[in-house]
Parts: sequence; structure tokens; C-alpha cells
Amino acid sequence: MTDKYTQFVSQGPGRDIARKLGLPQPVVLRRHQPGQPLVSGPVLVQGGGSGADALASTLLSWDLDVRRHAVPKEKLGAIILVLDELGRPEDLEKPVLTAATSLRDLAANARVITVSRAAADAENPATADPAAAAARQGVDGLLRSLAKELRAGATANGILLSGGAGTTSPSTLGALRFFLSGRSAFVDGQFLTVGSAEGQLPADAEKPLAGKVAVVTGAARGIGAAIARTLYRDGATLVVVDIPAAGDHLAAVANEVHGTALQLDISREDAGQRIIDHAVERHGGLDIVIHNAGITRDKLLANMDQGRWNSVIAVNIAAQLRINEALLASEHFRSSPRIVSVASTSGIAGNRGQTNYAASKGGVMGMVRATAPLIGSYGGSINAVAPGFIETEMTAKIPFATREIARRLNSLQQGGQPGDVAEAIAFLASDAAGGISGEVLRVCGQNLVGA
Amino acid sequence: MSVNGQSAPGPKESTTPATPGAVTAAASPSAGSPAAGAAEPTGRTAPRLRRAVIVGGNRIPFARTGGAYTKSSNQDMLTAALDGLIARFGLQDERIGEVAAGAVLKHSRDFNLTREAVLGSALSAETPAYDLQQACATGLETVLGLANKIKLGQIDSAIAGGVDSASDAPIAVSEGLREVLLDLNRAKTLPQRLQVLSRLRPKDLAPDAPNTGEPRTGLSMGEHQALTTAQWKITREAQDELAFNSHRNLAAAYDAGFFDDLLTPYRGLTRDSNLRADTSLEKLATLKPVFGKNLGSAATMTAGNSTPLTDGASTVLLAAEDWADAHDLPKLATVVDGEAAAVDFVHGKDGLLMAPAFAVPRLLARNGLTLDDIDFFEIHEAFAGTVLSTLAAWEDEEFGRTRLGLDGAFGSIDRSRLNVNGSSLAAGHPFAATGGRIVASLAKMLHARGHVDGRPARGLISICAAGGQGVVAILEAL
Repeated sequence: MTDKYTQFVSQGPGRDIARKLGLPQPVVLRRHQPGQPLVSGPVLVQGGGSGADALASTLLSWDLDVRRHAVPKEKLGAIILVLDELGRPEDLEKPVLTAATSLRDLAANARVITVSRAAADAENPATADPAAAAARQGVDGLLRSLAKELRAGATANGILLSGGAGTTSPSTLGALRFFLSGRSAFVDGQFLTVGSAEGQLPADAEKPLAGKVAVVTGAARGIGAAIARTLYRDGATLVVVDIPAAGDHLAAVANEVHGTALQLDISREDAGQRIIDHAVERHGGLDIVIHNAGITRDKLLANMDQGRWNSVIAVNIAAQLRINEALLASEHFRSSPRIVSVASTSGIAGNRGQTNYAASKGGVMGMVRATAPLIGSYGGSINAVAPGFIETEMTAKIPFATREIARRLNSLQQGGQPGDVAEAIAFLASDAAGGISGEVLRVCGQNLVGA
Repeated sequence: MSVNGQSAPGPKESTTPATPGAVTAAASPSAGSPAAGAAEPTGRTAPRLRRAVIVGGNRIPFARTGGAYTKSSNQDMLTAALDGLIARFGLQDERIGEVAAGAVLKHSRDFNLTREAVLGSALSAETPAYDLQQACATGLETVLGLANKIKLGQIDSAIAGGVDSASDAPIAVSEGLREVLLDLNRAKTLPQRLQVLSRLRPKDLAPDAPNTGEPRTGLSMGEHQALTTAQWKITREAQDELAFNSHRNLAAAYDAGFFDDLLTPYRGLTRDSNLRADTSLEKLATLKPVFGKNLGSAATMTAGNSTPLTDGASTVLLAAEDWADAHDLPKLATVVDGEAAAVDFVHGKDGLLMAPAFAVPRLLARNGLTLDDIDFFEIHEAFAGTVLSTLAAWEDEEFGRTRLGLDGAFGSIDRSRLNVNGSSLAAGHPFAATGGRIVASLAKMLHARGHVDGRPARGLISICAAGGQGVVAILEAL
């Protein structure tokens, strides 16, 4: 479902009126449907190095229509700009300006994806001399600006290589597939760092989570329910968790995704163990935990009381920390374990009236970065997804004018769907993202506020 | 077969070897059942009995009539209770061996209530179902009947349940109007139709609403219990104390999260709406008596120590052990045995709700047990007076000798083992749903207790029912 304004300006007279008045012209985004092709149209791979060559031949093996040189007037599904060999800022000119000539040929909902090296490579700082670092960091500004120039549902995102990851490492390819596909519809102007050559592409691209047991907290409604549905579609066996008072909605979700419902307050001391026991006893193991449960108790800080502050901290971050402790201590969470937490752009950019919420969501991001090496020692990963304006029951309660402004203030000029957040989470929970850890991926349509 | 209306305690005839008592004895040497010595049958093959286990349960919160579920039908509530059970145990699209449930107040259109609820649930549409009705014992009887089918190997899995709505109760047309309407349907010509219609009288238009009165005495259940309460000289204070404990225990169970995996919210209710966590003996003492006001002695039964009309539904998942194992499901307790009894209340020989006072001694004797061998007593609180009259009868030497045929009193129970997580006075009592509520809660309590003195923890369920009936059962921890 798209909002009514987007429907109105997407076709017929509405489109003409919006164009003449210079009103925002959001389009209906291409979202993943099972069986749908990865990308609609030819893929142009720009860049002359061996990394670009290797990547182009891999894409060919996926049966994509790959171009190494643009064909004039041909509508493109995607441009992949391989910039892994940048040594100085001047090196940007040739590939970037060559790609620029093809931008007008991008089809609706097309993709531009850069593949470059991280400016600061924690594992190998010596390799990045100032000129190379300048060139690499330059890609950041370039990509984010380009994302704001694209129209008609097209997005631009980047993959950063570090820690020995190359252009054809599993998670580079995994991230590339994610960005090319309709799964990343509401991800725009963002980078994902592939930190290692870990990870594994799925045997069946339609069922990347086949055989995995996944727990989703806060799954009774909204984004949590969408996460459960998406993980189920991708092949996972679901345990859906929510507070006992939300049990009726939770049961409906459980029955829809053929999973089991666990009525549990995650802020209980023993919540982690209860989750592990349930998953192991009923489904024989535990592979994926999605920390989605969260609450808001908004108040200006000057009016904040202890109850509002403490309950938000307790549910949104303290509970996740305690559950993770139990997970990392459990012998049942040792086989490529994956944790994905839901953060928020409020935790990045701040939001008036949400000091408690933003503190908790900032905390989630800090926790994710610090937990990455711990879970990495078991071959696992942990990441966060930070949603921007998402069309949910919660945001539907925002007053009309405020809501209308909030939903248009991004490069795609519309709010995201709960499923958009779920797609990002499903990707980060998959083995294809095994080489990505400690990352925060924003699903915000490149919201104008925040990083 | 366990509910076979045996008339006396003591050993069974050896021609019926496959008693649950025999199975229990074989499984646990400590249970010296009088039936354990039954000889192997000759000339025919005995059915191979196996254990029927309780996997878990689900109910919706019980709502006082006219409250949250006013607009919910029996089918709505039973479907909701089923769907919560399916979600809890991952039974989507599962073909369950059989589902049995029932309602006491039932619309004629609900002739296939349980099957319709199954069709509306997430279970496989190939799951068969049947309705059962035994007044307030309906829920427990579905458990016993299905457990027996599992024990016999006829089915591997089952869901027992019950539902009742006093809010959405059926209202029938009067007998006069009904006869006219039927004759009208048979009339062929206009004059015939007019002739039939002319028989209609204004009083025929008054609807016939259901009530809890006994057809043979015209007395309501409360008035019947008032007679029994007075007969056993049960005091107002004792009744109020039982009601107070019920509320206190149920509130504590909710606070401890006891119902987190036994209950799924429905229509905005997350707890039983009859529960008064803040009630006190003082408050209960202020209530005016509502039953037994014409008995001469002081009336003792109030709205506080009587169960209100309630709406709700409950379900219990039963299974053979290997089915539970194959589905990675928990095994909380076994259904050991059950017994039904009935009393002649019509001629005043016994009180309307006193049948369990006879059923329990028979059941325990058949299983070689005494009241001391029971760790949890779940005695349904139709009225506080019902529970206390039953206990008083068991403690009475005269009753033991003359009515139960024992040497003296049947015995007394340790009150600290009675309805420890609350019962119907606090939770409410949607007639057919009470059995499932008790079975699931008791199974969970037994599993948590585990073993007592080297044997599995044991629980006794006693439910009285209209028509002078009662059904009782024994569960054992796994």
C-alpha cells in the first residue's frame, strides 16, 4: 500500500498537475515479489580494474544482462560503479563522468551502486595513505549527493570493502543482490561495509533462510509482524514473541507464519533463557534473533519522569543487552548466529520529545558495534537497522500536517512500509550477510535529517 | 470407559482388564490399585493401552456476562481459544485426531459448533470434531473421552474444549408460537393458514429465555445449593473466606505470570474480568445474601461467594507420548482416570451439586489412593458452599458410613492444597469452559511440582454439574 498522494500523482491527470505545480512526485516503489527478476533491465558495470571484471563475470553467471559499455538510449536497470582501485581523488573523474552519461537512461526504480574501499580500514590502516583515503571518502559524498539527484524511485547505495573483502566476496555479492533487488526499495544513499570474506550465498535465492530458526520480538503488530512474515517467506521457522497482553495479535501472526507464539515480557530477567529454551525444545535450535520490541514514552526532557525514562531504557536497550548475554553464553547459539536489532533514525539525528527513546536507540547502535567482535568469535554477526518514517499504526497517529511533512522529507518523497524494514533485516539475518557485522543500515529513503 | 457410572468403590470385575488403574499400576509400582491384580483376558485381544498426556492449554480470559464478550458468539470464542492454542504449539494446518468441545447454552444453529470452530481456525480442515454436552462437566468430559481414545490408540492427538456465553444466550419462541409456526408450515391453503394463525394468543409472543433452573424442581441452582449449604451448616464466614482465597490466589497467579502460557487475550481483556484483586473479607462481608432467603435459618450465599454468569472458552491439547515427542511438544501430565456420578436430588436424597462427593471416593478407591495421596485439589467453585459442603460430607462419619459405605468418614483434605491458583469464584465460570481451564492449569502445576516423595505429583479435579451430576478426574505429573 502506498499513500493516497503517491497514488494520485503516479498516473493520469494527477501526474500532470503535480508536474506543473512543482509538487513532490513520489512513485510507487518496486518491491520484491517472489519469482521477480533481481533487476528490471540491463546492468552496466563501470570501472576498468580486475575487481570490476571479476564482478561483471559473476553477474553474467546470474543470467543478468550485463553491459561493460553503455549502449546509447538503452534503458538501464542498474549502474554498478566499481571504484576499488582509487589511489587519488583525481582517479574518480573517468569512471564517474563516464557513468554520468548514462544517468538519463536509468529506468524507473533503477539502481546505482558503488563498490569501493573503506577510507579507514581498521584491519589495515597503513594501506590507506592520505590521498587514497581522500579518494575513498570522496565516494561517500558523491554517492549521497547522487542519491538525492535520482528520480522515479531510483536509489543509489554503496558497498565499502574492508578487512580483506573483495568485489566478489560472498557478502559483497550478497549486499549487491540486496541493493539491486526490490528488497532495498526504501534504502537510499546508504553504505554497507563488508568487513570480511565470511558469509555464504544461499543455495536458493528465494529461500535464503531455509532451515534457520528465527526469533522476532515485538512481533504482534507493525514492523515486528512484517519481519516475521518476511523471514517466513524467506524460509525461516519462526518463534514470535510479544508481551502477554498482545497475545491475540501475536497468535494471529504466529498462525499466519506457521510459527509458535511465545508470550513473554522481554524485560524479565530470564527472558533470554526462556527464548533459548523455547526455540531449542520446540524447533531444535536457534540461529537468528531479531530485537524488534520497543516502546515510546515521549515527553520533553524538562517534563520527563522516572517512569517514562526507565521503561523505555528497560525495554529498548537493557532487555536486548541481557538477552544477548544469555545468547552469547549459550551453546545453542553457536552455528553462524545472527542478531539484528531495530534502532531508529531518532537515535542518529535526534528527535524532539524523544530523549529517552533516542538514548535507548543510540544505545542499540553502540551495543551492536561492541558486540560484533564477541559474536564474531562464533562465526556470527550482529547488525542494526534504523528505520526512518515508516507507515505503521504508530505513525498513523501523528497529526496530519506533521505526518505529511515527515513522510515527504526524504529522497523518495514517501514513507516506507514495514516490509521495507523487514527486508533489510532479513538480508542482514542471512548467511549472505555473514561478512557484514557491527553495521547500522538506515531504511529511511535518505531522510533529510540525520547522517 | 473410565466414566462408566460404577456404583460402588472397590475392585473391579476382572473381565474388564484394561482399566486405567491397571495401567497406572504397571507404570508406577507405588500405586497399589485394587484393579492392578486383574487377570489377563482370555479368548479376545485386549486393547493395548498407552498414556494420554496433556501438552498444554489455552483459554481466553473469562468475562462477566454483558461485558467484553457481549457481541461474541460461542463459535467466535471457541475459534479464538483454538487459534491461540494452535499458535502456542505451532499446529497450523495440522490434522488433529479429533476435536471435542461443547456449550451448555447453545443455539440450535450451532448443531456442529466444534466442527465449525475448527473450520474457522488455523487447523487442517481435515480435522474431525464433535460436540458434547454434560452441563458444567462438559469440558472435563471432553478431556476424559478424548484421553480414552488416545489410550486406546484410536487417535494420536486431540483437542478438548468448551465454551459458553450467557451474554449471547439463545432465546427460543414460546411453545405456543412454536406449534403454530410448525403447523403454519404444514398448512397448504390460505383458509388453513388463517385457521392456524387464529390460534395465536398474545402470551405466545413472549420469548422463552434460558435459565439455570432445574426442570424437575423449578429451583435455580443457587436455591438448590442454599438447601445443601444449610444442611451442612456451612457458615457465611467460611464461604467468604473461600471466595477471598480464590481471588487472592488467582491475582497472585496472574502477577507471577502463571497464565502467560495458558491464556491468550481476547477483545481487549487480558485477565478474567470477574477477578477482584483488591477484595477483602470485610468487603465480602458487606454483601447481601441472594440465595436461600426463605429457608428460615440466616441466608449465607451472596454474589461474592457465588459464581456469576460468565462468557469464555478454553481448550486443552492432548496427545499420545510419541506424537508429542515427534512434534517436539511438552508433556505436562497424564490423564490417569476419571469417574462420573449422579445423585437423586429430585427427591431430596442428596443436594443437587453433591455428586462429586460420591464420584471422588469411588475414583480414588479404584486407583488405590486416599485424599492424602493428592497434592493439588481442584474443586470447582460453583458456589463456595458447594466446595465446603463436599468437604464437610467427606469429613462426616455418618455420611461416610451410610452413604459411601465406608467404616467412617472419607477424610479431610489439606486446605493449602485446594485451588492454589484460584478457581471459579474469582475466574468466573462459563459452564463448559471450566473443565479446560482447570485441566490445563493443573497440568502445568503438576509439571512444575514434578515428584513428591519419589512418585509423580498428583492432582484431583472435581466438577459438579446440573442434573445432580458430577465428573472427577486424576492427573499425574510428567
